[in-house]
Amino acid sequence: MDYLDHLEAEAIYILREVAGQFEKPALLFSGGKDSITLVHLAKKAFRPGKFPFPLVHIDTGHNFPETITFRDSLIEDIGEKLIVGYVQDSIDQGKVVEQKGKNASRNALQTVTLLDTISKHGFDACIGGARRDEEKARAKERIFSVRDEFGQWDPKRQRPELWSIFNGKINKGENVRVFPISNWTELDVWNYIKREQIALPSIYFSHEREVITRNGQLMAAASFLNIDAEDNIERKSVRFRTVGDMTCTAAVDSTATELDDIIAEIKASTVSERGARMDDKVSEAAMEERKKQGYF
Amino acid sequence: MNILKFITAGSVDDGKSTLIGRLLYDTNSILDDQLEAIQRANRKNDDGTVDLAILTDGLKAEREQGITIDVAYKYFQTEHRKYIIADAPGHIQYTRNMVTGASNSDLIIILVDARKGVIEQTKRHSFIAKLLAMKQVLVCINKMDMVDYSASIFEQIKADYLTLATNLGLKDIDFIPVSALKGDNIVHKSERMSWYAGESLLDYLENVEIHEQEAASWRFPVQWVVRPQTDDLHDYRGYAGRVLGEGLTVGDQVIVYPAETYSTIQAIELNGQQLQRAENGQSVIVHLSDDVDISRGDTITSVEHPPKFERNIQANLCWFDNKPLDTTQVYLVQSHSKLTKVKIVDVLYKFDINTQEKIYHDPIKLNDIGRITLKSAENLVFDLQQENAANSQAIVIDPRTNLTVGALMIQAVD
Repeated sequence: MDYLDHLEAEAIYILREVAGQFEKPALLFSGGKDSITLVHLAKKAFRPGKFPFPLVHIDTGHNFPETITFRDSLIEDIGEKLIVGYVQDSIDQGKVVEQKGKNASRNALQTVTLLDTISKHGFDACIGGARRDEEKARAKERIFSVRDEFGQWDPKRQRPELWSIFNGKINKGENVRVFPISNWTELDVWNYIKREQIALPSIYFSHEREVITRNGQLMAAASFLNIDAEDNIERKSVRFRTVGDMTCTAAVDSTATELDDIIAEIKASTVSERGARMDDKVSEAAMEERKKQGYF
Repeated sequence: MNILKFITAGSVDDGKSTLIGRLLYDTNSILDDQLEAIQRANRKNDDGTVDLAILTDGLKAEREQGITIDVAYKYFQTEHRKYIIADAPGHIQYTRNMVTGASNSDLIIILVDARKGVIEQTKRHSFIAKLLAMKQVLVCINKMDMVDYSASIFEQIKADYLTLATNLGLKDIDFIPVSALKGDNIVHKSERMSWYAGESLLDYLENVEIHEQEAASWRFPVQWVVRPQTDDLHDYRGYAGRVLGEGLTVGDQVIVYPAETYSTIQAIELNGQQLQRAENGQSVIVHLSDDVDISRGDTITSVEHPPKFERNIQANLCWFDNKPLDTTQVYLVQSHSKLTKVKIVDVLYKFDINTQEKIYHDPIKLNDIGRITLKSAENLVFDLQQENAANSQAIVIDPRTNLTVGALMIQAVD
């Protein structure tokens, strides 16, 4: 079997296991390419039926407008339910405190909103688009990854995962994160997007945009970035390799306007995809620490 | 392009992580920011080169202690293949992690230290390879640089290993002399071992053909029933699942378990397209010509080669839980999408995994492997490992903790 067919069949199998094993699953949708790929796979797993889960978006309020436009048109197109959890609500309710200073980001605050949304709706399984090649802590995570009643991941107490048999049994209060594209690499995702002609938000492709340079990274010039006189705003041809919120996702210099250009660019790239994520640069174990708290 | 999944078995001192690191490094699979992270961590080998082992250490505790705690999956690809490496640690929870990694691999690389030859640990790895019915075994005789790249040492270890393999009943074995540390025979053929006529490790991985076991016939465990219940698709009823084995074809006469009802494959759908025949591993939707009652956990199989359908079973069991196996308790067995209550009736014996000798009258504890008999609450649909390994596997769940506590490989009907 061709490798993309194999990865696709495996992901569809995992999605159907979620549908079969859980009472109230959800698909965590960020508007990025990985979760868009998950939606495409879910169509293959469940059509002509409906998805047995809603899509859930955790909205930091600092989104790229293109992502939100894309999200809304995708939802209309597939006719499935969308639930949005707002970080602003968590701030207004006093559950989290907004970071101060020039490099303030709502990235870490999302975890609280995510866990609140999960408990408010009683989701017992949340499907996510994380991949093991992204980051070294993720390389250790199971496809069915159990979270305790505080939403925490304990890397040392993971269940062994054998063959393609997934144990989704949980105790009351626990829930499971499920990662159907664990075994895909960034390049696999792009090759699949090309093969399946999956539509993406425009920011993945090269475009002209006002950017500033922060900590050696190109950031989209947005009001949330607390731009002041020290920042030099330039117009550049850029694209985004991953899409988080505007405060933590850096752009790369690029002229890639077609999928083929992007694939060629990734093959030739000497830095990893997460190299453009400010949230991973905090420390060696930044992702591991956030995951332990309940992050995506 | 296809996928090759392999596991590397060896202890910390065998240079296992170095071997994986070397494969990734020499195939340009490590990017600058990842290399920078390694350099920041500042772990060096004795000769000052960067310690490639750190590439597989994902967790903070692992980096701090310089050990691997858990199975990690690593990826790289060439023009020819996509590779998925299961990296299982050499010491803590060894059996548990190696069994887990091996269960998700087609090929096992067993590392032997050229200075030590075939030792107890080699026997243990090989025993697990046999137990899991690994499809292909590659023995990498490592640290050849420490034995002056000696051909006679390589040949002696090879002969010793073949004796071990014959005793265990392991087949399809290949050998490569390497030095992971120096890069000999990893990606490129080594000039320092001109006596070796075979391929480098990477060339071997690129070319090796994995021989699938000749399975009795296809099996189709149903995961999910697709029923749109809309006006225009009112009667649509499709059974979604992943095909095990070859040969599922439109028009096949089938039996549906556990009801043991008969029907015919009316249609096979893959992503909305109609197929005449489904391949091993495809996730499809099957339609039957009769209106039979099928739900998740049921299995559709061909009439010509029915599976076993029994409640009293003999199986090999690997135990993963801190709490020993309790033959007075009820456990759950999950095979594919089916959950069934079972009792482990009897522990016939357990294996000394270093010597393969049988140990009688001793309970099965963490990291033990034994032969047990079990009785299930209802008949299970399965094949024997030696006939169709893919349909002989199951996990054991403790319903009190919901943890996965064991792995079963069915050997016989009791």
